[in-house]
Amino acid sequence: MFEHYFADPRTLLLGAITGLVFGFLLQKGGVTRYNVIVNQFRFKDFTVLKTMLTAIVVGAIGVYAMLEFGMIKGLSVKGAELAMNAGGGLIFGVGMVLLGYCPGTALAAVGQGSRDALVGIVGALVGAAVYAETYPLLARTLQPLGNLGKITFADAAHVSPWWFIAALAVGAVTLFVWLEKRKEAVG
Amino acid sequence: MLGYLRKAQWSPYIVGIGLGVLSWATFYFMEKALGTSTSFVGAAGSAICAVAPEHVAGNAYYLKEYGAKSGGFKPVFDWQMALDLALIAGAFLAARLGGTFRTERVPTLWASRFGPSVAKRYVAAFVGGFILLFGARMAGGCTSGHGISGGLQLAVSSWTFFISMFISGVAMAAVLFGFGSHPAPGAVGAQSHQTRGN
Repeated sequence: MFEHYFADPRTLLLGAITGLVFGFLLQKGGVTRYNVIVNQFRFKDFTVLKTMLTAIVVGAIGVYAMLEFGMIKGLSVKGAELAMNAGGGLIFGVGMVLLGYCPGTALAAVGQGSRDALVGIVGALVGAAVYAETYPLLARTLQPLGNLGKITFADAAHVSPWWFIAALAVGAVTLFVWLEKRKEAVG
Repeated sequence: MLGYLRKAQWSPYIVGIGLGVLSWATFYFMEKALGTSTSFVGAAGSAICAVAPEHVAGNAYYLKEYGAKSGGFKPVFDWQMALDLALIAGAFLAARLGGTFRTERVPTLWASRFGPSVAKRYVAAFVGGFILLFGARMAGGCTSGHGISGGLQLAVSSWTFFISMFISGVAMAAVLFGFGSHPAPGAVGAQSHQTRGN
């Protein structure tokens, strides 16, 4: 593992710039705070959902437009292994609420002085190591269940992705308008 | 411009647009999608590799994530590892500029429910982190790789993850903090903690 440990400097520089902007945005958005994240799951603070849905809609429009115009070679879709995706998601949600951060926001939270996030990262590293030992078992059992390959909803439905993006955009804006009105009403 | 950078908090919509545009940049300039949790595997693997290299070389998961086609391993300190470390610096800069940097061991919401014990909070954070990364690797991604990157690509895998984690997160929050009631049950004498930092 240590023979070629570092990627080339250009790749590392681009990764660092991306991380710098990513961390800056997350912290400014307040989504690096334990209270904000946990209160999303208690439906008392919608900052996380507002941030993520906006990112998804804006990101989708740009990325699919670039694909349409041939500006990018392709997408980077992760394979659908539904049992693993759903099972892992269910486990992840428990961990996210107990820790109060996700992997990216835990790292960012360390930068704002949250010491508990640092402890969470140590736990996460142990979790990653234990997962690596568990993987052969899961690969034999759960991984083959619901294995659909690297598909998107547009692939699955055989329609243009723009229908889904439009639906997502309308859904997100409707939710945002409702949330903002409710906030005004509550005060 | 500088005034805006010094603001304590930005609108979630502005931040969301920023994250979306950042995704365009990673796709266009780097042929990469935002993600953070694979590098935890790389970091854990590196630590184990330092004492038991043959164990890591023989593990199917380290080979799946970092195995090179020509044999051996791809660089573990890669684009994402640099991103992960820079996340800390980016947030530090944002917090310093916004005047929101503060050392916090026990978040106020946690303290209002479970008391001010640092040890208790750290145990929960450790266990939470453990479960979090185990789940992320099983699902094939986390809130960045699946949530943002996969979500915007309309990936079936990612939306399956996103919905599953939200459901279990809501259930876990109800278990820990109770449903609906405010303040949380058991929050006796917690008001002194609530006032700080809100």
